[in-house]
Amino acid sequence: MLSFAVLMIFASSLVFFIAGRAKAVQSVNGAYATLHSRPSYHGMYSSLWALLVGMLLLLVVSVVWSNLNDRVLMGAVLDAAPDISKIDAELVLSDAKSIAQGNIASKTDALRSTLAQQASAIEGQRLWGSVIISILGALFAGLLTNRQIDRDFRARNRSEKLVTGVLMVCAIIAILTTIGIVLSLIFETLRFFNQIEWQWWKFLFGTTWSPLSGVHDGVLDADKVGAAPLFVGTFMITIIAMIVAVPIGLFAAIYLSDFASPRVRLWAKPMLEILAGIPTVVYGFFAAITVAPYIRGFGESIGLSVASESALAAGVVMGIMIIPFISSLSDDVINAVPQSLRDGSYGLGATKAETIRQVVLPAALPGIVSAILLGVSRAVGETMIVVMAAGQGANLTANPLEAVTTVTVQIVMLITGDTEASTAAGPAFTLGFTLFCVTLGLNVIALKVVRKYREQYD
Amino acid sequence: MNMTNAAIAEKGVGALDVKISSKGVDVYYADNHAIKNVSLDVLDHTVTAFIGPSGCGKSTFLRCLNRMNDTIDICRVTGDILLDGDDIYAKSVDPVQLRAKVGIVFQKPNPFPKSIYDNVAYGPKIHGLVADKADLDEVVEKSLRRAAIWNEVKDRLDSPGTGLSGGQQQRLCIARAIATAPQVLLMDEPCSALDPIATAQIEELIDELRSNYSVVIVTHSMQQAARVSQKTAFFHLGEVVEYGDTNTLFTNPEDKRTQDYITGRFG
Repeated sequence: MLSFAVLMIFASSLVFFIAGRAKAVQSVNGAYATLHSRPSYHGMYSSLWALLVGMLLLLVVSVVWSNLNDRVLMGAVLDAAPDISKIDAELVLSDAKSIAQGNIASKTDALRSTLAQQASAIEGQRLWGSVIISILGALFAGLLTNRQIDRDFRARNRSEKLVTGVLMVCAIIAILTTIGIVLSLIFETLRFFNQIEWQWWKFLFGTTWSPLSGVHDGVLDADKVGAAPLFVGTFMITIIAMIVAVPIGLFAAIYLSDFASPRVRLWAKPMLEILAGIPTVVYGFFAAITVAPYIRGFGESIGLSVASESALAAGVVMGIMIIPFISSLSDDVINAVPQSLRDGSYGLGATKAETIRQVVLPAALPGIVSAILLGVSRAVGETMIVVMAAGQGANLTANPLEAVTTVTVQIVMLITGDTEASTAAGPAFTLGFTLFCVTLGLNVIALKVVRKYREQYD
Repeated sequence: MNMTNAAIAEKGVGALDVKISSKGVDVYYADNHAIKNVSLDVLDHTVTAFIGPSGCGKSTFLRCLNRMNDTIDICRVTGDILLDGDDIYAKSVDPVQLRAKVGIVFQKPNPFPKSIYDNVAYGPKIHGLVADKADLDEVVEKSLRRAAIWNEVKDRLDSPGTGLSGGQQQRLCIARAIATAPQVLLMDEPCSALDPIATAQIEELIDELRSNYSVVIVTHSMQQAARVSQKTAFFHLGEVVEYGDTNTLFTNPEDKRTQDYITGRFG
C-alpha cells in the first residue's frame, strides 16, 4: 500500500516534469531563447515540488496517524480493563496488533480479538488516509507550480535553491548524528563518574577491573573499575602490531615505489591492498586458531610458558592487518615526492640508496608519520582480533606471552553479557569515550602533519 | 651589462682538447625517434650552447651526456659518447661515478628539503670528498661564493633551502652541483625561471666556471647563447643542423634553417 503511494508520487512527479517542460515551450511558442530558464528547469521545478511534498506528507501523516491510533487503542484497553498494569497493557496492545496482521500472539482472548478488529479497522483508515493525502498533496504542489510557469519565471534559480536545500538537509543529518553520538558518550561517561562519586583517578589508574561485581547490590564499586590493565593491554598489543607493521609496510612501500618494475607494481600493489579487504573477523580466528597455538608450541619448545591466548599472537596478526594501510599510504606519499628531487640527487652522482635515504624519505617523512598514526588509531580501535586471540582476563602485565585484555574487548564483554544494559552501559560508555578521545587525538595529529606536508609541495 | 658580456664572449677559443665526443647518437622514447644520428664534440674550458625550437631534442641530448636518461624506463640510447676517450655507455661504467664527473643543473630549481648548508654538503659527503667538518665548511662556503649567493645566505645556512626565492634556489642548485667538483657541468635552461638580474648573475657565473670546467648549456634565448657561449649547436627535429663557433653561427650561418631560426622566422 505504502509502496503504491511512493510509486504514484514518483509517477506524478514525472508527469509534472513532462507537463512543465511542455508548458514552458508552449508559453513562448517554441522560441526557446526568450525563456528565462531552459524548459527542463521548468519541468524540474514542478516535479521536485511534487516529489518533496508527496514524500514529506506520506512520512509525516503516516507517523502522526500511527501515534494517534496507538493512543486510541490504548484508551480502549484501559476502558475494558481499568486495573491493568502499564506493561501488561502494552503486551495486550502488541498482541492485538499481531492478531490483526495475522501473526502469532502470546495469548488470544476476547479482549484481544475485539481490539484486533478495531486495530485492523483504524490501521486500514490510516493507510488509505495517508496514501490519499500524500498523493493529493503531490498533485496539488505539482499543479500549483505548473501554473506559475511562464516566460519570465525564474525556474532555474528556484530549482537550484531547492536542490541546495535538500543537500544541506543531508549534511545536517550527518553532522547531527555525529554530535548525538558524542553527546551520548559524554553524558553516559558523566553518569558513570557520578556513580563512582567523581573518583575518576580510580578509573584511569586503578588496577582491578571487575565493574559488574557489585551489580546484585545495585552499586558500582569505585575500587573495582580500575581500567589500567585494559589500557596497558591495549597499549602493548598496539606496540607489538606497530613493530610488525611499520617496518614491513614501510619497506614494502619503498620497494613498490622506487625499485619494483612497473609490471611488478601493477599486480603487487593490488595484492597488498587485498589484505586490507579481509574482514577482521577472519584475521581474528586466524590469530586464535593458527598463530596462537603455533607461538605457544614454539615457546614451549624453547622452555617458555606461553598462554594459549597471548598478546603476542593478537599483536602480530593485528600488525599484518595494518601492513596494507601503512604501505599503501606511504607508497602514495613517496610517489608524491617530485621526480625533480630524485633527478637532482642522481645528477650529483648519488646512488639509489643514498637518494632514497637522504632525499626521498626526509621529504616524505610527514606523510609517513601520518600513515603510521592512522595505523595506530586502527590498532587501538580494533576489536575482533583481540576478542578472539588476546584473552578476557584483566591482568596487569608487561609480558607479551601472557593473556591480556583490551578496552575494546571489555566493551564487547559488557554489552554482550546478560547483565541489564543500564548497569553495563556506564563502564562501557566510559571506555568507549576514552577510546574515542585517543583515536580522535591521533587522527587530528595525523591530519595536521599531512596538511603541513601539503603546504610544502604544492 | 651587454657590453661586458659581449666582451666575455669575444675571448677567443684557442686550440682546446675535446672533453666529450659523440658519434652517431640516436635516442628513442619507446617508438619515438627523438635524436637522429647526432655527432658533436664538446671542448674543454668552453661554454657550448644548444639552441633550437621546443621539442627539438636538445634537452634529451644533454641528458644523454651524463646518462640521466637511464632513469626513464622507455628511453633507449645507441651510438658512442666518449668522455676523455672512454665510452660512457660501456658496461663497465657506473652511471653514479659518471654523474659525479658530469654534473647537471635542471630547468626548475630543485633544492632538497634540507638546510642550505646540507644541500651543498650533500655531494661532497656522499662522495667522501672531505676529510672533516672544517674541510666541509670550506667547500660549502667556496661553492656558495662561486655561485654568487654566499652573501645572501651566509647568516642563515641552517634555514631550509626550499624557503629561498626562485633565483636564489637556482644558484643554490648550481652551488650544489659545483661542490661535487665535476669536470663537466650540464645546464638545462638554468635561467628560464629567473628574472633578468638573477639571469645576469648566473651568466657571469657560467663564464667564470669556464676556467675550470667544460660547460654545456641548453637555452631558449638566442641572446643568452650569444652572450655566454663560444660554441653553439642548432638542433632541429632531433638533428644537429649546424654546429660551430658562436660568432660565426650567429653572424654567418651556413644553413638556411639556422638563418630562419636566429632571425625569428620560425620556432
